[in-house]
Amino acid sequence: MSEKVLMKGNEAIAEAAIRAGCRHYFGYPITPQTELAAYMAKRMPKIGGCFLQAESEIAAINMVYGVASTGLRVMTSSSSPGVSLKQEGISYIAGADLPALIVNVQRGGPGLGGIQPSQSDYFQATKGGGHGDYHLIVLAPSSVQEMADLTAKCFELADKYRMPTMLLADGTMGQMMEPVLLPEESGVTVEKPWALTGTKMQREHNIVNSLYLKPEELEKTNFDRYEKYSIIEKNEVMYEEYMMEDAEVCVVAFGIAARVSKNAVVEARKQGIKAGLLRPITLWPFPSEAVKKAAEHCKAFVSVELSMGQMIEDIKLASECKCPVELCNRAGGMIPSPEQVLASIKNVAGGNE
Amino acid sequence: MVVFEKPHALCDVPLHYCPGCTHGIVHRLVAQAIDELGIEGDAIGVAPVGCAVMAYDYFSCDMVEAAHGRAPAVATGIKRALPDNIVFTYQGDGDLASIGMAETVHAATRNENITIIFINNAIYGMTGGQMAPTSLPGQVTQTSPYGRDVATAGFPIKVSELLAALDGPAYIQRVAVNNVKNVKQAQKAIKKAFENQIQGKGFSLIEVVSSCPTNWGMTPQQALDWVEEKMIPYYPLGVYKDKTSEEGEK
Repeated sequence: MSEKVLMKGNEAIAEAAIRAGCRHYFGYPITPQTELAAYMAKRMPKIGGCFLQAESEIAAINMVYGVASTGLRVMTSSSSPGVSLKQEGISYIAGADLPALIVNVQRGGPGLGGIQPSQSDYFQATKGGGHGDYHLIVLAPSSVQEMADLTAKCFELADKYRMPTMLLADGTMGQMMEPVLLPEESGVTVEKPWALTGTKMQREHNIVNSLYLKPEELEKTNFDRYEKYSIIEKNEVMYEEYMMEDAEVCVVAFGIAARVSKNAVVEARKQGIKAGLLRPITLWPFPSEAVKKAAEHCKAFVSVELSMGQMIEDIKLASECKCPVELCNRAGGMIPSPEQVLASIKNVAGGNE
Repeated sequence: MVVFEKPHALCDVPLHYCPGCTHGIVHRLVAQAIDELGIEGDAIGVAPVGCAVMAYDYFSCDMVEAAHGRAPAVATGIKRALPDNIVFTYQGDGDLASIGMAETVHAATRNENITIIFINNAIYGMTGGQMAPTSLPGQVTQTSPYGRDVATAGFPIKVSELLAALDGPAYIQRVAVNNVKNVKQAQKAIKKAFENQIQGKGFSLIEVVSSCPTNWGMTPQQALDWVEEKMIPYYPLGVYKDKTSEEGEK
């Protein structure tokens, strides 16, 4: 039986990763994910694991690529500017079909930006990020408990589909302390016949690679990969609905924005407005069906984001513009208040009272 | 009677290298070392971006293709994951000494227990002959059409000397493959670089001064002469660092 402990979100990710059998961590210092690397630096040597502070984010993600090619569970973590640096490596990991976990504890941007929480890497995380056609599976926790649970889930999905996954958190989720029930120990359960282990002179050599000079071959790898993605879109969508049964206003928010939004929905209900919350847990695959369904009985959406409005595009696509979508946002490290969200709910609900 | 055989660690496929290119010789020397040490079954090679990008098709051990310059980081990951396997990278000068300089220096300073084979032919071959970090002063290339001007393009990087200044690395040697005597020397050096890893001595890098007749605009023989007359005087051959006989190394 696991114990409930009080932990920071960043530490919960680290402990959950270790419990998921991850014994290799590579990173480069950056705020606000610092506690994650510090936890790994303390724990890994005690359990026969590897913590290595790389010379750069670029080196760190390529060390991840190296371990991933041997089939072992491996991760790196960073925050927005650092994750931009990792994009080349992430593209190679996706192109070579390797499982790995990348954690982004987001901060405000662009450029050096700031160190306060943000969700402005949504596009980068969900649309590819690096060069070429690819996706990551992107999970967005909204509690310290989910920081732990979704870390384990990321490793499981990465192995299952042989692809990189991203845990997309933000500075608040990383720094916040909450009681958490740590996940049970787990590990790799799938066969990895493609992994580099040395041939032992028993088989043909394995090659981990993303280079295909014949365009017909490269095209085929792209089509095959997107076939896999369509299976993921069918089977792995996760979201939470709150008071959505009879909702007329659907608030869509993930991560810290969803927590703020839930308070606003409760207050709206008190004031007689039928508001509900749809919280995507997988940002890719996006819960498009759930949004589409909501569009059938809601008269408006409110997209609450810590960005200039990125997820709102997916809401508009999924709802097929059946009803208006309002953006309720703060940016640059600022967080919308429940009052601001409530005002947006009232605004879109207004007139029809 | 067979007097000369293809090493088992070299796949039986045609190599794509240009006529007169010395990559073929160095591939053979690497494969021969792997054969002689009986490590093919444990070896994992990391291919670069550059002319040797398809080395993964040429060595019969497990292979991975790295992003440009990142091979030492990829090799670090593999070696940390599988410390009992033998991990090597095979990289050119643009890959190792330009875009990948940080990865090279830091793998060396950590004394990662890996083997690096570094081909210095003073030019970017695959992309058609641009100036490399190791191009000689005055050397004409596609991107230094009036000759490398050290006032604006800086000086060539002497990788072996630079890495030897670090406390970390175990073994650094520069060799050449322009004549039989030098090839014999290179053969020994490459084998030692693998032996060092087997014995847990740490980071070994062998810089191989090589030729690129195609992009130098020379015949193979002229190119080998240019190695002797121009390259080796700038890049003297020899052992630049050897901690392998010291006690108490990792």
